[in-house]
Amino acid sequence: MDEALIPNGVQRSSLRTFVPWTMVWLALIVWGLVSAFLCFYKGLNQTNMNHYFAFGLWIVFDLSLIALGAGAFFTGFLTHIIGNVFIYPFVKDLRAVVNAAVVIGFICYSAAIAMLGVDIGQPIRAWFIFWHANVHSMLTEVTFCITAYVGVLTIEYLPLILSNKKLNQVPEFKLFGTNLHHMVALFAAVGAFLSFFHQGSLGGLFGVLFGRPFAFREGFFIWPWTFFLFILSSIAAGPCFTLLCVWIAQKATGKALVKQSVFALLAKISGWLLVSYIILKIADTVSWAYGVVPRAGLSFMDFYAGSYGLWLLIAEIGVFGVVPAIILVTPQLRKKENLLIIGAVMNVIGIVFNRFVFSIQTLAVPVMAFDTFMSYVPTWQEWGIGFGTIGYGILIFSLSYRYLPVFPQEAELNPVTVLGKVAEDFGVVKRG
Amino acid sequence: MFPFVFEWGWDAGRIVFMGLLYMVLGAMGLGLLYAFVMTWLKLTGREKLHERLLLRFPFTLW
Repeated sequence: MDEALIPNGVQRSSLRTFVPWTMVWLALIVWGLVSAFLCFYKGLNQTNMNHYFAFGLWIVFDLSLIALGAGAFFTGFLTHIIGNVFIYPFVKDLRAVVNAAVVIGFICYSAAIAMLGVDIGQPIRAWFIFWHANVHSMLTEVTFCITAYVGVLTIEYLPLILSNKKLNQVPEFKLFGTNLHHMVALFAAVGAFLSFFHQGSLGGLFGVLFGRPFAFREGFFIWPWTFFLFILSSIAAGPCFTLLCVWIAQKATGKALVKQSVFALLAKISGWLLVSYIILKIADTVSWAYGVVPRAGLSFMDFYAGSYGLWLLIAEIGVFGVVPAIILVTPQLRKKENLLIIGAVMNVIGIVFNRFVFSIQTLAVPVMAFDTFMSYVPTWQEWGIGFGTIGYGILIFSLSYRYLPVFPQEAELNPVTVLGKVAEDFGVVKRG
Repeated sequence: MFPFVFEWGWDAGRIVFMGLLYMVLGAMGLGLLYAFVMTWLKLTGREKLHERLLLRFPFTLW
């Protein structure tokens, strides 16, 4: 029924299989929409956020999505800027995955913004932050950069959408897509600039909280060390998340979508960045424990109690930091697909842990003499919005995979024979 | 925020912060405008002008 929209030279499941698949994710979206409606209609009392926990599950989701979506800007930067300015031997492998990275980035950032729309309580006044900007606030910078970057990702996604077999038959769309793609390096550069600052400022906004010694850090000029650590952790996790999404898509479709060398390259890039990040993170934790903590009149163990025990630190840096770093940088381990995927999953979990610790544990630690360790459990409405974004992401990725030429190597890796002849035209628009 | 909004002041913070935002939005707008103009030139058969305006390396790095 929808054959006219499916790229040439590739096979897709029948609509009978595809529609039930989308129903699962639509159900999650409906759960999210019901939760959002309740939050708008009845207010933020539908959540378990309070004066202690001004940041809750949504901010953990937001920070994690933004970190994991960093694969888009970093892959784009390596492909379109580094790959074209310098002699970069791996640019071919990156081109195989850059479309998927853009789709994943678009999903992550648009979902994060939608979630923030509910989180701020009154989205109708969201424009205040632009019109009455507090130019000394890292959060303002994050807002500016994230909204502008969603625009960049939409522009980067457009040529791919216009490559759809049916849309590409319209000359205006075809030409516009080609001309937009011609400028892709400009958008990749703008994206890299914006991402650098908002990834950093997301860390910076915790690092400047001098009233909360758990998060406070010294730093360089106006930027606390968390600014640089957040950038490094996001570019270490982003390519791994892209790798994981592509691998899951391979398993779900039962087809090879990219060559094994692409996985190995993404894992290698992530691995070495993760090694640098973990070394700096350990140095930062040690200097915090011997610097900020005693100066605040506290001891290291004052920050770890109740549900937020020392296990969180061990899990974040040790289990989900050092272990995946070793797996991803060791060629013998990286070669084994199972280990590579385990390493990538652990890397992603480690970054989610990091964002959780910074947004929730920071608020749980008592700051007044009469305070105790607080704990926070999200309501079903909060979970609903979180799972709604997951449903939205999988739905958009599934639709993109079905109708757009996302993976340029797919046709080559899975040749389709039509009347005894291998179909060669994949529908990938040759541009540039 | 624009210079005609009452909170505006000509200090380094606002100039750098807002200046960078407008620079980024300007770059995105110019990129889009270029794509629109080049499409229009091609569609209306202005091949010579299209060829003259076509940005090449190192502007596009492509």
